Amino acid sequence: MSKAGKIARRTFIIGSAAIVGGVAFGTYLAKRAIPNPLLNDLADGEAAITPYVKIDASGVTLITPRADKGQGAYSIQANLIAEELDIDPRTATVTPGMPGPAYYNGTVLAEAVPFPAYDQGAIAEAMRSFMAVPAKLLQMQITGGSSTVPDSYVNLRMAGAVARETLKQVAANKTGLARADLRTEDGHVVLPDGSKIAYTELAADAAGTPPVTDVSLRDPSEWRILGKANTPRLDMVAKCTGTETYGIDHSMEGMLFASVRANPGIGGYVVGFDATAAQGMRGVERIVPVKHGVGVIADNTWRAIQAVNALNIEWGPADYPATSAEIFETLEAAIGDEDAYDHRQRDDGNVDDALADGEVIEASYRIPYLAHAPLEPMNATVRVTDDACEIWTGTQIPLFIRDKAAKITGIPAEQVFVYVQPMGGSFGHRLEMTHVEQTVELAMAVKGTPVKMTWSREEDMTHDYPRPAAVSKARGKVVDGKVAAFDLSVGQSAMASSWFGRLMDMSIPGPDATITTGSWDQPFDIPHYRVTGYRAPDMVPVSSWRSVGASSNGFMHDGFLDELIHAAGADPLAERIRLCGHDTSRKVLEAVGDLSNWAGTDLGENRGRGVAFCMSFGVPVAQVVEVTNTEAGIRIDKVYCVVDSGPVLDPSNFEAQVTGGIIFGLGHAMGAELTYADHMPEQNNFDTYESIRLYQTPVIEMKALSNASKIRGIGEPCVPPAAPALANAIFAATGQRIRKLPLNKHISFA
Amino acid sequence: MKLTVNGTTHDVDVEPEMPLLWVLRDELGITGPKYGCGIAQCGACTVHVDGEAVRSCQLEVGDVEGQITTIEGLGTPAALHAVQDAWIEHQVAQCGYCQSGQIMAAASFLISTPAPTDEEIDDAMSANLCRCGTYPRIRAAVKTAAAKLNGA
Ligand code: FES
Ligand code: FES
Repeated sequence: MSKAGKIARRTFIIGSAAIVGGVAFGTYLAKRAIPNPLLNDLADGEAAITPYVKIDASGVTLITPRADKGQGAYSIQANLIAEELDIDPRTATVTPGMPGPAYYNGTVLAEAVPFPAYDQGAIAEAMRSFMAVPAKLLQMQITGGSSTVPDSYVNLRMAGAVARETLKQVAANKTGLARADLRTEDGHVVLPDGSKIAYTELAADAAGTPPVTDVSLRDPSEWRILGKANTPRLDMVAKCTGTETYGIDHSMEGMLFASVRANPGIGGYVVGFDATAAQGMRGVERIVPVKHGVGVIADNTWRAIQAVNALNIEWGPADYPATSAEIFETLEAAIGDEDAYDHRQRDDGNVDDALADGEVIEASYRIPYLAHAPLEPMNATVRVTDDACEIWTGTQIPLFIRDKAAKITGIPAEQVFVYVQPMGGSFGHRLEMTHVEQTVELAMAVKGTPVKMTWSREEDMTHDYPRPAAVSKARGKVVDGKVAAFDLSVGQSAMASSWFGRLMDMSIPGPDATITTGSWDQPFDIPHYRVTGYRAPDMVPVSSWRSVGASSNGFMHDGFLDELIHAAGADPLAERIRLCGHDTSRKVLEAVGDLSNWAGTDLGENRGRGVAFCMSFGVPVAQVVEVTNTEAGIRIDKVYCVVDSGPVLDPSNFEAQVTGGIIFGLGHAMGAELTYADHMPEQNNFDTYESIRLYQTPVIEMKALSNASKIRGIGEPCVPPAAPALANAIFAATGQRIRKLPLNKHISFA
Repeated sequence: MKLTVNGTTHDVDVEPEMPLLWVLRDELGITGPKYGCGIAQCGACTVHVDGEAVRSCQLEVGDVEGQITTIEGLGTPAALHAVQDAWIEHQVAQCGYCQSGQIMAAASFLISTPAPTDEEIDDAMSANLCRCGTYPRIRAAVKTAAAKLNGA
């Protein structure tokens, strides 16, 4: 416990600042290099603090800068502060605040270092803390990479603790008692005689009191909120009563409504357009060319979408291959091509020698493009005036949006305000901002009037910036009933440079680790073990999709490992355990065996089960899937899952993220893909882009271990093992080994 | 034309072919019903017309006959409907965007099928899409809601 306290004192300087009518607690900023995010809300001259807690006579406000896309981030951030502050978080106002560079995310880049996450040796750790520096430089207030919990775990609790002790000091000064004799409870300082003083009554005086910064964090055994099974999410009542206002629900006086159609060949330009039909339609106010497309501003979203559909636009060509067949040919050609060689971060033993003779087992895998398709289509509300630009949107990248809007409008970045809205899902889609750029362009055409632009579902799916397609060639060998050699070569277009290129208008040099993330970094001691990434040319512009590189590599790596184990005649679970060289991961594999009563893959006639393992974002996850081959097709009966991401702070929401991740992984593996014809995805709505429905959902049993030395996020790591565990189970039940996703191209599902 | 939503009658001046969803959202500012697909695939736009669940993105406003209830009229944070109560008890929502539609679908289903079997729940609730994968908790919450409605 004091270990955490010491780290905190060394790394963060929590302080306080006076605000109008009260006090704010938060991190002091090194040399004030980064401007303060709540500048507009704070009294002058107090800009040197990044507040996480604000208290005035009217109440307590908790500031939770990491975006909540549905994964419960606001609740967990509020609970971390409230645990030390001794308040009921339901009585506080919880707000993401204004985005500011001081909320930089030091963890999201930390996984980009060339060390597997299980390697916590001195060099790896030094590299990881070094990576926090470029994150700060880039001023990334990014939510992603399952980084919210690891990044907030210490600093938000420290903010709560400093606030609590300072409020006690104010009460001590007032009453003449010693701070040590006071305690706190439910928003009050409690005196030895049992009388109470509310924090709100102490706030004004706290502003003039030096903050008490020599505090230690409470031991987890003392927690009242964190780790407790029945802690409700703060947004649950609103989300079950239709009273949560998402970005798409944002409303303003005099607001107009809009929609956009951009070139379905992504990045292609507009040759020309005829708006005659659209112009005369009811409610249409303006027709405005925007980047790569045309927008309609109207008095109602439906009318805007109707008018967009009536536009006659001639599109220029996109500069990538027109069809899926050509795209996959290009990906396959990259593998083994010296010019396309990108990186080899795993090269143990001598693979070439090991595979020079004897029986070599070979296989190739194929992964499709996938849309993120959160249920809320992308939207934004923007008002541009002569000297300010205001943006209301659900986003993971508010600062990139601010800077891009400044560029488009010519308004200084300090006068661009991004108000982050509650989000109807993301899965990585909100790491993009094309829809916001388009809305800014529309709003500039009707200065002073707010414009809410909503993409139709068809526009959203067409412009999804999908998960990259990937292919791989695998070779391996078994000796004496054991896996002896494993060689995987993966071909994919670069995701990181595609994304950064759009965000920052610059290309990122160097290798793209996402091509092999989820393969090269797995904790197995195979004697001859090699993973190579080949970078195919840029094709369809691509982006991060829930669990990023591991979403495809998890399938290819574990799928081929399963093939080798089968060829060796070994038990799939026992051999994975034998090969596993990482203690925490091995315990996860052993525990999934206990949970599922593992006794081989055979479950009787027409039934079977498979196991899969993937470590991503530092979290080892093992899953066992049980299926029945019914007359109607494959039915997924049951899934067992064991994870280890360190201490669990919110068990109910944690379980929701684990089961949600599994269902997301299974559903897309079963039936989802984007295929291309004429540069366009052939799927643009949920009739053709299929995923899992309730009746197909298995019973899921999960268990969380906490042997891991670090706390990690759980929003993504349960996705990667689901697809290979399902494919391995189908193999056990039917003898059919499926190496190309989606699975329903090869077998039907009940 | 006149439209009765959650007990209040509104006068709306729109073309009869406008889907009810957009009349509710953009003309009346009732935003509980959500736009997810516009083609009857997701159920996020589900409302009740005289107690029966309908997809408001598919119902032209000119064809509406009856009283409309949206999630806002089903129950409120201060006075929850049994289905909403069960949803909160099971902490169903993740992003929550599909949940207005899920709850409206469940509420109407439980009127016609007060004591559903597991299979009936699966059938009835499979027409509503949830991209976050909240299905296991939806199953559990429908059962709890049925028990609550039956006074158990
Ligand atoms: S929006 Fe009506 S069913 Fe999807
Ligand atoms: S809770 Fe997000 S779509 Fe259902």
